[in-house]
Amino acid sequence: MTAATTTTSVVVPTDDVGAGLHVRGLVKKFGAFTAVDGIDLDVPEGSFFALLGPSGCGKTTTLRMVAGLEDPTAGAIYIDGNDVSRRRAYQRPVNTVFQNYALFPHLTIFENVAFGLRRRKEADIRKRVMEMLELVELAHLAERKPAQLSGGQQQRVAVVRALVNKPKVLLLDEPLGALDLKLRRQMQLELKRIQMDVGITFIHVTHDQEEAMTMADTIAVMNQGHVEQLGEPAQLYENPVSVFVANFLGQSNLLRGSVSGSDSGWLTVTTQAGSLRIPTERSSATGVDCLVGVRPEKIRLHEIGADDAVVPASHNSVIGRVVDASFIGVSTQYQVVIAGDQQLTVFSQNTGTSLLRPGTDVVLHWDAAHTFVLDGAEDLRSGLDDPEAE
Amino acid sequence: MTTTAPGMPETQRVKNPTPASTGTLHGRSTAGRWVREHLVAFFGILALVYLFVPIFVVVLFSFNNPTGRFNYTWVGFTLKAWADPCGVSGICDSLLISLKIGVLATLAATILGTFAAFAMARYRFRGKAIANILIFLPMATPEVVAGSSLLTLFINLGMPLGQTTIFIAHVMFCVSFVIVTVKARLASMDPKLEQAAMDLYANRYQTFIKITFPLVLPGIVSGALLSFSLSFDDFIITNFNAGQTVTFPMYVWGAYQRALPVQINVIGTAMLLVALVLVIIGRLAAKLRARR
Amino acid sequence: MSVAAALSTGGGHTAAQQNGPTGRGKLTPYFLLLPAGLALLVFYVLPTLTLATTSLQTGSLEQGYSLTWNWPTYGEVLTQYWPQFARSFGYAAAATILALLIAYPLAYTIAFKAGRWRSIMLMLVIAPFFTSFLIRTLAWRQILADQGPVVSFMKATGLMHLTDLIGMTQGRILATGTAVVIGLAYNFLPFMTLPLYNSLERIDRGLLKASEDLYANSWTTFWKVTWPLALPGVVGGTLLTFIPAAGDYVNQRFLGTIDNTMAGNAIDSLFLQQRQYPQAAALSLVLMVAIIVLVSVYVKRSGTEELV
Repeated sequence: MTAATTTTSVVVPTDDVGAGLHVRGLVKKFGAFTAVDGIDLDVPEGSFFALLGPSGCGKTTTLRMVAGLEDPTAGAIYIDGNDVSRRRAYQRPVNTVFQNYALFPHLTIFENVAFGLRRRKEADIRKRVMEMLELVELAHLAERKPAQLSGGQQQRVAVVRALVNKPKVLLLDEPLGALDLKLRRQMQLELKRIQMDVGITFIHVTHDQEEAMTMADTIAVMNQGHVEQLGEPAQLYENPVSVFVANFLGQSNLLRGSVSGSDSGWLTVTTQAGSLRIPTERSSATGVDCLVGVRPEKIRLHEIGADDAVVPASHNSVIGRVVDASFIGVSTQYQVVIAGDQQLTVFSQNTGTSLLRPGTDVVLHWDAAHTFVLDGAEDLRSGLDDPEAE
Repeated sequence: MTTTAPGMPETQRVKNPTPASTGTLHGRSTAGRWVREHLVAFFGILALVYLFVPIFVVVLFSFNNPTGRFNYTWVGFTLKAWADPCGVSGICDSLLISLKIGVLATLAATILGTFAAFAMARYRFRGKAIANILIFLPMATPEVVAGSSLLTLFINLGMPLGQTTIFIAHVMFCVSFVIVTVKARLASMDPKLEQAAMDLYANRYQTFIKITFPLVLPGIVSGALLSFSLSFDDFIITNFNAGQTVTFPMYVWGAYQRALPVQINVIGTAMLLVALVLVIIGRLAAKLRARR
Repeated sequence: MSVAAALSTGGGHTAAQQNGPTGRGKLTPYFLLLPAGLALLVFYVLPTLTLATTSLQTGSLEQGYSLTWNWPTYGEVLTQYWPQFARSFGYAAAATILALLIAYPLAYTIAFKAGRWRSIMLMLVIAPFFTSFLIRTLAWRQILADQGPVVSFMKATGLMHLTDLIGMTQGRILATGTAVVIGLAYNFLPFMTLPLYNSLERIDRGLLKASEDLYANSWTTFWKVTWPLALPGVVGGTLLTFIPAAGDYVNQRFLGTIDNTMAGNAIDSLFLQQRQYPQAAALSLVLMVAIIVLVSVYVKRSGTEELV
């Protein structure tokens, strides 16, 4: 099970791209600055696809190029086998939901939603618009102006204004950013529901990894203009192939080590805290130097000498001392210092066991199959929410 | 329990007993505090009243029944001048000329200014800084200098002075105001709206007609109204470049020497009323449109 | 290329966008700017040049004028008319200060104390100026008339003696410089009030509360916090008042007398009555340069560069 790798621009014969959206070698430069550095994407028809990354990673620029609101410096964009990258925005079967909704303030809600239909001179405009408004329960506000609606209502109008045109692809540019937490969660579910009902391909740009994991069938994690990893949420989470992905999605513990051996599908890595075993297919290391990773929620910890301190054979283990214990309610978050003055974070689910105090000597263990290995040349801090990273 | 004097503004009625902290100490009289708090507002309102004193005089003296040629002292109340506003020769002619030039200059300045405003608000190009200065300068130049320098141009070109030269002068100083007004309106418009229109299958022409133009229109109208009032009321620049033509402000200037008919005040009052009515209509229309 | 298309190309695109599929976007701004730009070049910039050249001409109306680079004209004009210049700047300065004193409380009230009456008050500031400039100024003649209410009141209370002593009045107000200053200050009040209001309105109210919290009384808060923060408005307002006031001569004509004319009166008379074009042009040019110099110095000293 190899993770998708990034490629530099490769010219692909067009019969390789069938239905759905395909991007090949897309590049965008603004003067000397490269915002998008040659990316390839394959978005299956009818799926919910997320472009995830921190601000400045190029995800919005990519989206705007697909929409036709930005001209690519190089590369091609295929929709249902046709290269649309030279077409103007109004010539593409693609619609966008903008970040601040961009509802026309001087038109009523009805006219806003009808706008695209009117431009294409479609039939049954009244019926189609009211159907859409009923879909989001806003039919009674059809004659109001956008300024008279709440943020959440405006957001829904923006969505149906795009959907009513039955585009091949719907693009969403961080549409939930302006909403408060509770409303955002609600809208996440609603958008997912709409997408499953309507069956259109959605491409959703966001910097919120929880949002992407909740809503998307496939996620492309972007960083500094290129795609770090592309795959299903679970796959990205459980088996990250770069430090950026490991740190950006959830939290990871990373230890420096060197590959010291391999046998029958398992790698052995030597670290300052001891030897660890990892399934070979979960390693992205290119050389001997590597980083060994494991997610905090996968680790169990027991006080050394306690009755339940039994480490199963299939587990990796290290010993250490608790330096911090924070009881959060659902779980307890431990900071444990191990050999080589490194720290591991452990999320211990609250199943009624009592808290281990700082100063306690503990043994940590986890299923070896949950370990992953990343290339040692990478920056440990990449992807962390911290100004020193990148 | 606070010892607030009656009539104190809301900000002083605090819920908890500690007094509002505008530098007052316990023991200062509440009356003294009230005066100091309201001193500024008092002078402010006084200034507002002061603004209206001359207007009041203008209106009042439109009902005067003067003896002699000048309308400087109050004699008695009459509606004579109101009944016959054009009774003095030349006054309504000058009014018509002012109106005519006002309308034409406004049209020209609005069209030129709107195009230029789009260039300045939407594009980055070489020479933009110079263009900015060029637009700003006419607004900052004293009228005497602007008017007299235009006169030297016309003299050197041998151009006869009249309505045309007045028209040119007016367009010249109105254009900058239109540009600034429309530019401000454009700047406040979300650029994403035009992108949204294009995303929804409007080509560039349709985007302009359906989205850009309706949204920038209030700015254009503001600029046009500003331009008209500047043109209609202008004296100094007009005076330099009018030759034998007489606009309304020039008529008043000339009348100062000869005779000051009451009709001048009548027309002045009428101008004020028309403007006020237009403003009120404008506000009501805006309120109605927002509610619909 | 249709104008409408030209106008909508720009929406939202960055400068780098201009190398897109339609490369013709590059020239659009110049086309849009052309009519207005041309008008301003021909009818604003060019006249400044002809003003300069006219000032260096000699001749007469009958014989015609020719450019003889006659620099002495400037010397003549300055020696003859320096009192008018002094009065222009003096009256304008006095009027600006007076306008500032009247407008500041007004602007302050609208910005801080008006609440929901704000937009009505702003309209009330502008409304008086819907009537003709000249008619308004004439009204001051009626207000300040010798038999009028103001003079009568001052004479009755003995105030007139005081002001006569310091030279502000001469037993009457009309025909004195004081009357001109009063007229100037009044006519340019909105130009002073609105920039002041804009500046004051932008002040973060939290700063005033913080000042009170740190033991400053209202007066100290005003001087240490409000006044410095609203300074750009003061600079803008004073410039917008001073510059036109220095060039004005309508107020002088209606409210002053031939003994206290300003530079504007002289320029008007030289151009339109005496037809001495070179002298008139020289006077106008000197006025323009003097104002530019004064304004530059003022702006530098006040340290606020962005005004408009």
